[in-house]
Amino acid sequence: MDPVKINVTETNFFYGPRQALYKVTLGIRPRSITALIGPSGCGKSTFLRSLNRMNDLIPGARLEGKVELDGQDIYSDSMDVILLRRRVGMIFQRSNPFPMSIYDNVAYGPRVNGLVKRRIQLDEIVEKTLRAAALWDEIADRLHRSAMSLSGGQQQRLCIARALAVQPEVLLMDEPASALDPISTAKIEELIYDLRKTYTIVIVTHNMQQAARVSDETGFFLSGRLVEFSETKQIFTAPRNRETEDYITGRFG
Amino acid sequence: MPDRQHTSKHYEQQLRELKDKLLLMSHKAELMIADSIRALVDRRPTLAEEVIGRDDEVDRLEIEIDNLCYQILALEQPVARDLRFIATALKIVKDLERIGDIAVNIAERAIELIQEPELKRLVDLPIMADAAQKILKESLDAFVNSDTELAEKVILNDNIVDHLYEQIFRELLTYMLEDPRSISRAIKLIFIAKHLERVGDHSANIAEMVVFLVRGQDIRHGTRLDRR
Repeated sequence: MDPVKINVTETNFFYGPRQALYKVTLGIRPRSITALIGPSGCGKSTFLRSLNRMNDLIPGARLEGKVELDGQDIYSDSMDVILLRRRVGMIFQRSNPFPMSIYDNVAYGPRVNGLVKRRIQLDEIVEKTLRAAALWDEIADRLHRSAMSLSGGQQQRLCIARALAVQPEVLLMDEPASALDPISTAKIEELIYDLRKTYTIVIVTHNMQQAARVSDETGFFLSGRLVEFSETKQIFTAPRNRETEDYITGRFG
Repeated sequence: MPDRQHTSKHYEQQLRELKDKLLLMSHKAELMIADSIRALVDRRPTLAEEVIGRDDEVDRLEIEIDNLCYQILALEQPVARDLRFIATALKIVKDLERIGDIAVNIAERAIELIQEPELKRLVDLPIMADAAQKILKESLDAFVNSDTELAEKVILNDNIVDHLYEQIFRELLTYMLEDPRSISRAIKLIFIAKHLERVGDHSANIAEMVVFLVRGQDIRHGTRLDRR
């Protein structure tokens, strides 16, 4: 059995006095896709953001418990948060390319992180990354045009490329396809599915069918608690928990 | 079906319609078997003809149920228990349709047998018919009430029907050995017994699907693909 990539133990999370997560414990396997589902306000995005300490920026936010990446506590004082976020990248709901060229969007991370010494090396990274993000064939002839000229789906794949360019180990995705049309969504899903071979992916989605299609394992959150965490095929054919069943079959609320 | 209702009323209503159609179809199939046996035992050819005529309704329901299932699959993308319900519907509709066909076969044999003198007074065959109808009814009750205990009982009791078939077969064999003129009628009675034995098998299939529907557990062919 694979060791876990991310191990979360008995984690509570608070926004000031309000508790958003209650004793969440789960292990995320490497090179797999883990989907987090649940109604709005259930804590799934909070949980996702706690995996690379994105919540640190929120005043009054506080975490109890333990989140380990390859066995290392990411909330310990010795953890370099910048390095952590390079290892654990994030893709957001709204694509947010920088207002610069396609090339520079992808090259940005490697440049500021000092990952490359020579221009030719950077060219290689940009091409390799854009290929990995399934975007190269569509934009190879206009690398120096503005990223803003791309379609919404292309912009989102560019953001994925930008995240991949710093060679992360884990990708966190918060509703990465919710603002896209079905074809662009299918391309993103296909991309996510392929990326699984190399990366550990955790995806938050409101789209249950998307969770069913792309993920290996699914966690169902309700009111800040992880109600069920199982293989995706188990969750969508015969979930063990009644609350999970009610939610995914649409008997909720 | 779970007690809680779907947020989508339209979806809820489609699932309800599917269940109602299945109940109607099972009721019709059950009645066809009962009447085909009654036609034989009471020697009533008109009742047998009527049973044969009723098969069209069961066939029509099969098509309606299939179409409704495909429609729900395509438009609602059911998951979990709803998905298992659709899968169950698609399977038991086939069993119910076959039970209707079996009733027709029994009715056809009955019409032929009624035209000849009685081979013997039918004793074991009505007993077997009762046993087969009992487990058919129980399998359908198990489906209606999501009753897995009753479903498991049906699966076990299918053996009783199988044993009765063997008993009837042996008895009719002795008739045929004693008097070759009885062969034609005895064979027809053996066919009927075999048909009833098949009703038991279809009932057991339905019962197995009830266990799958309720527990998400496949118990067919003696396998227990237990949920971990």
